[in-house]
Amino acid sequence: MQGIVRNGVRINDSFAEAFPMAATGLIVTAPTRKWANQAAATATGYATSVIGCDCEAGVDVELSEEETPDGRPGVRMLFFAFSTKGAEKALVNRVGQCILTCPGTALYSAFDGDVKVKVGDSMRQFGDKWQMSKAIDGRRFWRVPVMDGEFLVESQVGVIKKTVGGGNLLVMGADWESTMRATEAGVEAIKGVRDAIMPFPGGIVRSGSKVGSQYKGMSASTNDAYCPTLKGVTKTALEPDIGCTLEIVIDGLSDEVVREAMRAGLKAIIDLGPEKGAKRVGAGNYGGKLGPFHYHLKDLLP
Amino acid sequence: MKPFTFTLRQEPPQRVDLSALTPDRLAGKSLADIEKIEIGTTRASTKVGDVFQLAEGDLKNVRYEGGSARFDLVGAKLLPEFSIHVEGDVGLQLGRLATGGKITVSGNAGAYAASGNEGAHIEIKGDVGEMLAAPLAGELAGMSGGRVVVRGKAGARAGDRLRRGILIIEGDAGDDLGSRLIAGTIVALGATSGRVGYLNKRGSLVLAKRPEIGPTYIDCGGHVLTFARLFARALRADSESAADILSAKLQRYGGDTAVYGKGEILTPV
Repeated sequence: MQGIVRNGVRINDSFAEAFPMAATGLIVTAPTRKWANQAAATATGYATSVIGCDCEAGVDVELSEEETPDGRPGVRMLFFAFSTKGAEKALVNRVGQCILTCPGTALYSAFDGDVKVKVGDSMRQFGDKWQMSKAIDGRRFWRVPVMDGEFLVESQVGVIKKTVGGGNLLVMGADWESTMRATEAGVEAIKGVRDAIMPFPGGIVRSGSKVGSQYKGMSASTNDAYCPTLKGVTKTALEPDIGCTLEIVIDGLSDEVVREAMRAGLKAIIDLGPEKGAKRVGAGNYGGKLGPFHYHLKDLLP
Repeated sequence: MKPFTFTLRQEPPQRVDLSALTPDRLAGKSLADIEKIEIGTTRASTKVGDVFQLAEGDLKNVRYEGGSARFDLVGAKLLPEFSIHVEGDVGLQLGRLATGGKITVSGNAGAYAASGNEGAHIEIKGDVGEMLAAPLAGELAGMSGGRVVVRGKAGARAGDRLRRGILIIEGDAGDDLGSRLIAGTIVALGATSGRVGYLNKRGSLVLAKRPEIGPTYIDCGGHVLTFARLFARALRADSESAADILSAKLQRYGGDTAVYGKGEILTPV
C-alpha cells in the first residue's frame, strides 16, 4: 500500500473522492479591513459540512481597495450547496442575518455564473418602501436605509452549477504537534489557490467519519480505522509510528482548482518532511462509486 | 479595418432622416443601393448619394465626415456591438430608441438627443439642445438605460422623465433639469437653474454646484454613500470630475415630496 515515498513522507496510492455542488460567490466590503473581515467571518460561520449545515462556506481571498467594486477593503467568500435552490436559501438567510446586520457593509456578486439567484431582491423589503434601486453597467443594486446609513446589496448573485466539493488530504504524523504543523503548512499553501475554500475550522477537520454505525439510525460515525487510540482494538489503518490524523477538506469552483489546491497542500506537507511534520499522507474516498471526481495522490506529487 | 464612411458633400437642402443608415440596416447592401436610399423628409427627394460621398469599410463602425444640424435620427435604434462617430454636428433625436452600441458626436446635438435610449453609450463633445433623454409627446417614460455624456451645455429639461440610466452633463444645464424624473441618475457639473428635480419620483440628481433647492426637497444631512463610491469607480473613465463629486461626502435633499418623494438631490457638503 505504501510504495511511494517523497522526502521521507509516505504517500498512499489512494484517491480523494469528491462530489458535484452548486457554488455562489460574494464580495463584502466595509469602511475598514476589520469590519470587512468581521462580516465575512460571521457570514461563513457554522458552514463546515452540508451534512449538518445549510451550506459549506469560507473565505476565498481578502481583496484590497483596488480590487473591490467600491474602493473599500473587501473579502471574497464562496458558498457551496447541494443545489441552486439550496444555495439561494442559505445565501438569503446568511446575508439577512450576518451582512445586513454588520456595520458599514456592502455586498456584491463575485461572478456571473451559469444562473442568477435573488439576494438583494429578497432583502430590499427590509427598507419598508424607502429602498432605492440603482442600475449601472447591466447590474442592479438596492440601497436599503439602515441605522448607520445605507446597506448596498446587489439584486442578483451568480451561481456556478458544476463545482466540486470534498477534495481532501489525510495528514498522519507521530503526534498532535507535528501533525498539526504539517497540516497548517498545507492549509497555508492552499489558501494561496484562488477559487478554493476549506470550510472546516481553520481549514482542518479532526473528526473524519465512515459510512454507517453500530447504532441503529446513525448514517455516519467516527472513522475508527484512523483513530490512534483504537490502533490495537479495531481494524486499524494506522502503522505503529502514527499517533494523530488530521484532514484538510477542499471545495473549489472547478475540477482543476481542487486538483491544484490538493497539489499545493501536498507539496507543502512533503517539503516539511517526516521529522518536523507528517510521516504519511492519504486521501479519503468511498470506494469510488459515489462521487464522480477522483483525485489520485500519485498524480499530484511534486 | 477602416470604418464605413459617409463624407458630407454639401449641407443637405432639407432636414434628413438618417435612421436608415445604422450598421445593421446597411448590411448586405451595395454602395449603389445605399446611395439610392431616400432620406428626405419633405415632398422633394433627397437621396444618400446627393448628400454623401461613400467609402466602403467595416460596417460595425460607421463614420460621418462632416455633420449638420439637419441630420436627424442619427443612430436611431442602434444595436449593441455597433458604433457611430460623427465628425461635426447632428440634429434632432440622436440615438433615439437605441438598444446598445456607442455613438460619439464631436460637435453639437439638437433637441431630444438620446430620447428613449435603452442602452447605448452616447457622448456629445459639444452642446446639446433641450429635452435631452426625454420622451416624445405622448410617451410615458424617457430614456430607460445606457449612459449619456455631454461635455458642453445642455438645454432645458434635460433628463425629463428619465426612467433608468445615467446622464452626465459637464457644462451648465438649462432650466428644470431632471423634471418629472422617474428614476435613474443625473450628474451635472455646471450651473443649474429653474425648478431642479421638479416632480422627481425616485431619481438621483448629483449637482456639483448647489442651486436654490425648492421647498418640497427636505435636507437629510451629509452622508458618505456607498452607492456613490461604486458609481464613481464606474464613471471615472467617462468623466473624472463626475467621479470626484461622487467620491465626496454628499448633502442629501429628499424629494420631490410634492409627488412620490423617494428621490434625492445630492451636492457636495
